[in-house]
Amino acid sequence: MNDFINALALFLQSAVTMGTPLLLATIGGILAEKVGHLNLGVEGMMLMGAVIGYVTGINTGNPFIAIIAAGLVAALGALIYAFITVSLKGNQIVTGLALTIFGTGFANFIGSSLVGVTLPASVKGALSDFEMPILKDIPILGKMIFSQSIYVYVSLLLALLVWFYIKKTSFGLNMRSVGENPAAADASGINVTLYKYINICLGGFMCGIGGAYLSLVSVPSWQDNITAGIGWIAVALVIFATWNPIRAIFGAYLFGAIQCLDYKLQNVKFNFFGNPFTINAQLLSILPYFMTIIVLIFINIRKKKENQPPAGLGSAYFREER
Amino acid sequence: MKESYIELCDITKVFGPVIANNNVNLSINKGEILAILGENGSGKSTLMNMLSGIYRPDSGSIRINGKPTLFRSPKDAISAKIGMVHQHFKLVEVFSAKENITNGLKNGFIYKNKQLSKEILALANRYGLSIDPEKKVYDMSVSEKQTVEILKVLYRGADVLILDEPTAVLTPQEIKKLFMILQNMKKDGRAIVIITHKLNEVMEISDRVTILRKGESVGSIETCNTNPKELTDAMVGASVNLSINRPENIKGLPLMEIENLTITSPEKVNLLDNVSFTVKKGEILGVAAVAGSGQKELCEAIAGLQKVASGNIIFNSEDIVGLSPRAIINKGISMSFIPEDRLGMGLIGSMNIIDNVILKTYRAGKSPFIDRKEGKKNALQIVKKFDINTPSVYHQVSKLSGGNIQKVLLGREISLDPELIITAYPTRGLDIGASHKIYDVINDQKEKGVGILFVGEDLDVLLELSDRIMVLNSGRVMGIVDAHKTTKEELGLLMMGMKQEVAQNV
Amino acid sequence: MFNLTKRTNQSKIHTLLLQLGAIVAALVAAGIVMWAMGYNPFVIYTKIVEGSVMVSENAKKGGVPYRLLQTINKAIPLVILSLGVSVAYKMKFWNIGAEGQFYIGALFAAYVAFNFKQLPPYILLPFMFLSAFIGGGLWGFIPAVLKNRFNASESLTTLMMNYIAIGIVTYLQLGPWRDPEAKGFGRMPYFTENAILPKVFGIHIGFIIALILAVIIFVLLKKTKLGYEIAVIGENETTAKYAGINTAKVLFITLFISGGICGIAGMIQASGIEKTLTDQISGGLGFTAIITAWLAKLSAPIILVVSFLFAMLLQGGAYLQVSMQIPAAISEVIQGIILFFVLGSEFFIQYKIVFSSKIKEAK
Repeated sequence: MNDFINALALFLQSAVTMGTPLLLATIGGILAEKVGHLNLGVEGMMLMGAVIGYVTGINTGNPFIAIIAAGLVAALGALIYAFITVSLKGNQIVTGLALTIFGTGFANFIGSSLVGVTLPASVKGALSDFEMPILKDIPILGKMIFSQSIYVYVSLLLALLVWFYIKKTSFGLNMRSVGENPAAADASGINVTLYKYINICLGGFMCGIGGAYLSLVSVPSWQDNITAGIGWIAVALVIFATWNPIRAIFGAYLFGAIQCLDYKLQNVKFNFFGNPFTINAQLLSILPYFMTIIVLIFINIRKKKENQPPAGLGSAYFREER
Repeated sequence: MKESYIELCDITKVFGPVIANNNVNLSINKGEILAILGENGSGKSTLMNMLSGIYRPDSGSIRINGKPTLFRSPKDAISAKIGMVHQHFKLVEVFSAKENITNGLKNGFIYKNKQLSKEILALANRYGLSIDPEKKVYDMSVSEKQTVEILKVLYRGADVLILDEPTAVLTPQEIKKLFMILQNMKKDGRAIVIITHKLNEVMEISDRVTILRKGESVGSIETCNTNPKELTDAMVGASVNLSINRPENIKGLPLMEIENLTITSPEKVNLLDNVSFTVKKGEILGVAAVAGSGQKELCEAIAGLQKVASGNIIFNSEDIVGLSPRAIINKGISMSFIPEDRLGMGLIGSMNIIDNVILKTYRAGKSPFIDRKEGKKNALQIVKKFDINTPSVYHQVSKLSGGNIQKVLLGREISLDPELIITAYPTRGLDIGASHKIYDVINDQKEKGVGILFVGEDLDVLLELSDRIMVLNSGRVMGIVDAHKTTKEELGLLMMGMKQEVAQNV
Repeated sequence: MFNLTKRTNQSKIHTLLLQLGAIVAALVAAGIVMWAMGYNPFVIYTKIVEGSVMVSENAKKGGVPYRLLQTINKAIPLVILSLGVSVAYKMKFWNIGAEGQFYIGALFAAYVAFNFKQLPPYILLPFMFLSAFIGGGLWGFIPAVLKNRFNASESLTTLMMNYIAIGIVTYLQLGPWRDPEAKGFGRMPYFTENAILPKVFGIHIGFIIALILAVIIFVLLKKTKLGYEIAVIGENETTAKYAGINTAKVLFITLFISGGICGIAGMIQASGIEKTLTDQISGGLGFTAIITAWLAKLSAPIILVVSFLFAMLLQGGAYLQVSMQIPAAISEVIQGIILFFVLGSEFFIQYKIVFSSKIKEAK
């Protein structure tokens, strides 16, 4: 029994590790979509953050500066996206894809000289697993949550903060109205453009530090396309979490767990009433996407207004449109 | 003369080819209810949208307390203590009343839920408004939504409250209550501007009236010094002889009979209420009504584009109610619907004339390929017959002038040899010459024995063109009058919902 | 102070000049980026052209020169995918599922290739071709149904279905369809010779199929009733309903065709280039195709040109890596920058900025 609990705890711990970059990117996606912008550049921004975080980590030896730099470069990418889609009213989908292409190229270009270069111990050490006194001894949760890199704690804190910002502050109210009905927000005296810029860039920042988690903590070294599609799972997760950062925490860890199963279940033989079978890891990996489609259908059938996508998602706002 | 609180001087606003406001002047005083009266498209809403910072005037100035002020955005208008309740409410559906009211205000970092509820309730009580701050907008009735909009403006401390057609969506009881509240606000020293085209309301509530006609201000007058008739005259202008031909109608047989047609909105409001009438072959039945009286729904219902709650549409003794446009065509019925927003429905602006001309005929034949040769021939004929001014039939329709765009639509529909033409505001935005051309075309059709349902806004045109005129108000038929005998005033009063003894047996 | 107004009339020359200007500006901007990174942009641009189309001196063994062949090989799937998505975009259905439709098409083709080995090529290949069309078509059809029945945003569902498709291929590759002879490698067996596209001028005949498809799509969109209906719905759905067009039916057919064509691209890539199916077979071409289709304004002839130019960038990037040890990723950076500029230039086509000097301000 104890063995089982230990194994479960270890599994959940790695689920959280896998889920953390997802969580950060998902929060980023939520911020942008809440102001009405579907940003398909998540993968690109994560890669930009991953590579700049890594370079900065190597050059400064300071994990804090590395993470901030990662966030800032991705926010810069988001700024390009915001300028094209908000100010120039460009197509959100194509612009997002362009950002992903650009970000991928940017990361792999810079990263090509980083292959094989290792992070200084100062960075690795600061971001390695940190066991919280007392809390670490809670069964399962202790291992799962409280014996993680400080990065994980920060990501949880950020999820809570963003939730608080969206749901409980006046600014959050304003930003939601921008995404739901920009004309109403405008008539209420809200600076629609400013809110869009800030939240899209903030979202970019989150994606950037999510990417840096991969290069600084979970991998931790440089490899081409280090995100391996996590950015796209994040786009799915935003919907799966129905634009709620708290639900995103659970979603991210769930999707993280599914990714872990990818590796762990490959050679495990199960027994179902005497019938041996194996769980197919690859089929499991499509589960997040499949569930996201189900969620999209489900929110439509249930018609609960609060769970619908932001009403203004995907369209540009022009005040004098008649 | 005392200085007005707000002064609009020589405001002009142009949208593409349309002059919405032309050198309009207007003044607003505190402690006064000002009514802005005008027909559809007379520029009332555009003018007020400029005062609330949604549009920017192309020229002219806005003065507050004599000081010129520039409104760059609604935010500037709010700081100048001007608030507007838009005709189409600008509310966030998934927000509660409270969230909508406080949205965009500096309320400190953390949203103070309970305190704001208290403030809102206090404010509502002060003016006799009833509201549940926690109720979501998507659960609200129209009048509740309006209350939220009014409170939103009041909560921002507005001294000037602009209401765009506030009574259009309300029941008589709700209107009564609204007016009481407006009186309360007036006593409180605020200025109220109410945009309307309902005369009785103007007489009932306002202290002063400013009348707009075709984008220009006609004048202002104290309400106590005027009467509905004078206002109607000012609003519709003096009777002008347009010298539109009116061929004698061959006393035709009934073509289409509408029986007890009722259409309800998703909010369960009757848009059309038990409407019955007949269109005869070879006659023009005019429809006069202020905007939103159900005329749009009526036209779309006949064309098969609007869901009908109950009633029948008997076309040549066949009931076509509830049929799709395709099904109507398949029945061999040739009916032409020329809608009011031509580029919104009816034409494809980004396509050329040929591709627009073939819209209803391209399906002919079994071939999977489209026959543009026939279309081109047809298009050339239409261009020639209707004298459409275009470089070629390959010219994009949206780049033509309004009159020519309308001729493309009309030309296509008439080339189909319809038995019935339904047309709404076919001359909207056209100059006199172009308009006359359209009237001639319609008259030609009438002489050929086509039945025509003509929804118009210019009463002079209706009077000279129609054989009979049906007047709608709030979805009900107020009367069907003989166009030869009736007067503009009579129509105006009927449109305003003032029931009079009118001969119905024409 | 300035005001924005929508342009009512956009002249073709004005549009073209703006777009050309945007590309030139993008090349300059990308050049500045390269220069800042310590490379000579002129050398890089020259090398890209050289590496993608120029005839290298010693590699002329008859047929098409190697580098140009590589460029053409890269352009083929891109052209077909772009044609596929352009059909859906014509009706403003934001199908970003080309990637998934590509994989499912390749999957259906591979199934046929593995299970009907005994058929002669002139039967097997058309059979694969048809299966690929049906597979991709179904993958495009599902989001159309979800949109029609549940109003589920197509850009989200098609995106999700990409990864479901790739997941299925990975599963088959490592599981049931794994080549037992490929020992340690998790890969599928190679196609037999009769399942591989023949070559003409040293290029697999996919290029002929691509050209034919370009003609077909051009005809479909410009000359047929269906194409007309697609365009009418895309431009003005209200008018489409007014004219009695069955919008749901056209939506389903259109997405089946759009997905089906993307599926054909998958079959051609599997049969013509990879000679098997892998979960890496697309390498994101389905996403690049969205961009090329959009840049080409959904016009089939221009898609040919734009796709070729993009293929040049890809191939030129690979050449840079080999010849100058500059990471091939630079071509993606250039792509990204060009796109940003072209996307931005759209604004100046749609809107007009009126500066305050032209507006009489309040005095």
